[in-house]
Amino acid sequence: MTDTRQITITTSELLDDDVELSMDEFCRACSGTTQWVIELVDEGVVEPVNLTAEDWRFTGTSLTRAQVAMRLHRDLDVNTPGIALALDLIDEIRRLRERVVNRRLDRQGDRNG
Amino acid sequence: MEFRDYYDVMGVARDASEDDIKKAYRRLARKYHPDVSKEPDAEERFKEVGEAYAVLKDAEKRAAYDQLGPNWQAGQDFQPPPDWDAGFEFSGRGFDGDASQFSDFFESLFGEQFRTSRQGRGASGFSARGEDHHAKVLIDLEDAYTGAERSISLRGAELDDSGHVVTKDRTLNVRIPKGVKQGQRIRLAGQGGPGIGDAPAGDLYLEIEFNPHRLYRVEGRDVHVELPVTPWEAALGATISVPTPDGNVEMRVPEGTTQSRTLRLKGRGIPGKEPGNMYVDLAITLPAADSERARELYEAMRGDLAYDPRGKIGARA
Repeated sequence: MTDTRQITITTSELLDDDVELSMDEFCRACSGTTQWVIELVDEGVVEPVNLTAEDWRFTGTSLTRAQVAMRLHRDLDVNTPGIALALDLIDEIRRLRERVVNRRLDRQGDRNG
Repeated sequence: MEFRDYYDVMGVARDASEDDIKKAYRRLARKYHPDVSKEPDAEERFKEVGEAYAVLKDAEKRAAYDQLGPNWQAGQDFQPPPDWDAGFEFSGRGFDGDASQFSDFFESLFGEQFRTSRQGRGASGFSARGEDHHAKVLIDLEDAYTGAERSISLRGAELDDSGHVVTKDRTLNVRIPKGVKQGQRIRLAGQGGPGIGDAPAGDLYLEIEFNPHRLYRVEGRDVHVELPVTPWEAALGATISVPTPDGNVEMRVPEGTTQSRTLRLKGRGIPGKEPGNMYVDLAITLPAADSERARELYEAMRGDLAYDPRGKIGARA
């Protein structure tokens, strides 16, 4: 049975550095426990915007990292130091890939020009 | 509905041990994990592998699946035989991962059990927040400058009021805010999987990806464009028109430009609290000596200009 609905969304939220989430909101959104999030902070995977305060708050960018961390943990059974390493490598690979793609576009440009 | 050969998906023999299946899963999951892999069909393959593993790692489900017999071919038209699972007791555990992402084939075999377990949990007062869902959305670089609306079609399984699984196609009109970057996520609260019991629905996360652009290259918030200029524009200076995703702007090429260089248009990258910059890579291009007059001009330069571009590297002119 297939049913089609049209929904207009008015509340979309860009998860950037301007968004701040409380520890509760952060845990719920990345499906992790407080303990696990503290481990991520200890390992430097994410950093609260107010490290010294009692009530940690996290940016939307950190949430994106924590969600990837959770998927690596859940799907590949990677521990926290492994997650930290994997995320750093993923970032590095993304930068390199961007550069490779850009070079390729340059060369295409040269050929077309 | 097409038959799925879970052993083939996992690349293991039908008599593979639990340990072999786990190893195969780990290897394939690493290879196709959407956060790690750039294989074009990574997400699809990862789901297939997840579904195969959900069945083969569970002794009860595996035994039931094996009972269908070894003669089925992947892709063959399949209807489950009546009472195909009679005599098997399922422990009624929920599924790891998001079972709503699994195939119709999986649904026809194990869907009933899935529903029973979810209904059972609902009836006993159990409640749990719905699953968060993730999807990618492709936008043009120009959209990041102005903001945009996009229609996104999603298909997902949901439980209707009587507890039956129905496939629902949803079209969401999503506002893409101005200033998004490649890889950033947008959260749509309450648009993920439905909650169980009284619990709220999950959220939908959209990952922003830019379509490759004919002119521009993007790095974070910075945008690069390669701009061809003539030798006299470079040498004598000129005001030229530069395309930006925001429209053309006038830019001054400084006098005395003698080789490729990059000029910065401050704040003309992707907008934001700290907007990116636009970088214009000047590429000096030469006209061909394809007419009498052009040849004369080149020959005049050869005769009159004492120019040795290889002087610094010690080669003779």
